[in-house]
Amino acid sequence: MRDTAVVSYAQSPCLAANRRDDMADILLPVIRAAVDAVGIERDEIDFYASGSHDFFEGRTFAYIESLDAVGAWPPISESHVEMDAAWAFAEAWSWLQLGQGDIALVYGIGRGSLPQDLDQVMPAQLDPYFLAPLRPHRDAVAGLQACAAIDAGLTSEQHMAEIVSRCLASATENPYAQTSGQVSVHDLLAAPYVSSPLRKHDVSPPGDAAAVVVLAAGDAARRLTARPAWVRAVDHRMDTHYPGMRDLTSSGSTRIAAGRAADLAGFAAADVEVAELHTEYSHQEPLLAMALGLNGAEINPSGGPLAGRPATATGLVRIGEAARQILDGRAGRTLAHATNGPALQHNLVCLLEGAA
Amino acid sequence: MTAESLSAPYTVEFPFERTVGPKIGTFLGGLRDARLYGVRTERGVLCPPLEFDPRTGAETGALVPLVTTGTVTSWTWVPSRPGDPLPHDFAWALIAIDGTIGALFHAVDVGGEFARMSTGMRVCARWRQDRIGGMRDIECFEVVP
Repeated sequence: MRDTAVVSYAQSPCLAANRRDDMADILLPVIRAAVDAVGIERDEIDFYASGSHDFFEGRTFAYIESLDAVGAWPPISESHVEMDAAWAFAEAWSWLQLGQGDIALVYGIGRGSLPQDLDQVMPAQLDPYFLAPLRPHRDAVAGLQACAAIDAGLTSEQHMAEIVSRCLASATENPYAQTSGQVSVHDLLAAPYVSSPLRKHDVSPPGDAAAVVVLAAGDAARRLTARPAWVRAVDHRMDTHYPGMRDLTSSGSTRIAAGRAADLAGFAAADVEVAELHTEYSHQEPLLAMALGLNGAEINPSGGPLAGRPATATGLVRIGEAARQILDGRAGRTLAHATNGPALQHNLVCLLEGAA
Repeated sequence: MTAESLSAPYTVEFPFERTVGPKIGTFLGGLRDARLYGVRTERGVLCPPLEFDPRTGAETGALVPLVTTGTVTSWTWVPSRPGDPLPHDFAWALIAIDGTIGALFHAVDVGGEFARMSTGMRVCARWRQDRIGGMRDIECFEVVP
């Protein structure tokens, strides 16, 4: 396997609604920050990969607008995924493995605030025969998962509120967080349900932001930064779509992805010091920790998605935050997890390491 | 002064007609006739029917008629919105239809009373009068009398 590392990471503040800037406006300063941090020119970047989704923008090929922030002349080598940009990261990492270039830039951009009614948009990710015609509420499938997790004894409403309280407190140290603060579990539990047993705080708040990761291979990575965050493994697996046909309380696809990633990396999720998990809902933290086999790792020191969920950038933010722990010399081994689809249908695991 | 992003109202649609194949097609046709079908696999009967067993990847077998009663295995309480199956608050639930493995996603009506919902409760389908061959031919599930 070719040594490949995250050498730079930047993101914009996650806002509940950014009505002033378009995709390119949000993205341009973030690309500049990520590129300037490693002192490279645009023409040194061999490949661009991005993730965004037309359904949030309400237009076809909406992501083309974001290319204004990339600069596509002279022609560039470029790809896009219609999903969270963590999968654009997986593509760029694979592209570098093929040895076609040395430096790749990955970005995620999304405005979760744009849809007038997310209850109209979110069922569009469900199958068109059995689920979408019923037009479930945006958090309903996750509500079923939370109910099942509580019935299985994996968590409780109290435990979920404790997770939220911890994440929001951690987010006070994160200048990019959308929401943060010291909140008591007692106060959180006094709030009404939005889709029982989920309360508003159990649902990661959708928002608008961009994130950028620069990946480099071998000597390029060593040249660009003192302490590259080496990507030792990326793997992703998918469960079946229909929520009634899988065990919602055990994320089988996460478990398989974590196992395959450990085989590739030579170390496992149990060996990492920090794990950034794409918890769209509070109850998913214990499910993921169990499926990954974490062993005492600090979870979501950034505050995680419960402190801000920028559409189609949240998974890439996890990779960026996990890499930053290594780039800044705070951790030796970290893990990033990203998810896509309803109730943890599709899961990606990335293992990172500091030592060359 | 900075301009605000332009915005406009929209309606999300799936404005296509397509053949749904022999298994989902028979299932949806059954709903039109107020009948519920499942599909055989080596592990048991799946409802709703899938063309392939998600566990093994094997092609599923014959369709079999089912009773329309089942057990709630998981549920979430939600406020009623315009266009929802019920005019008052209700639950979305996974319902294990009797004689099947897995569970069907649908609404459960308990007259808007949250306290009447519980995992393990017994429910049966309430059929719509005007049926078209779609999931909404089942208006919702209700408590077995």
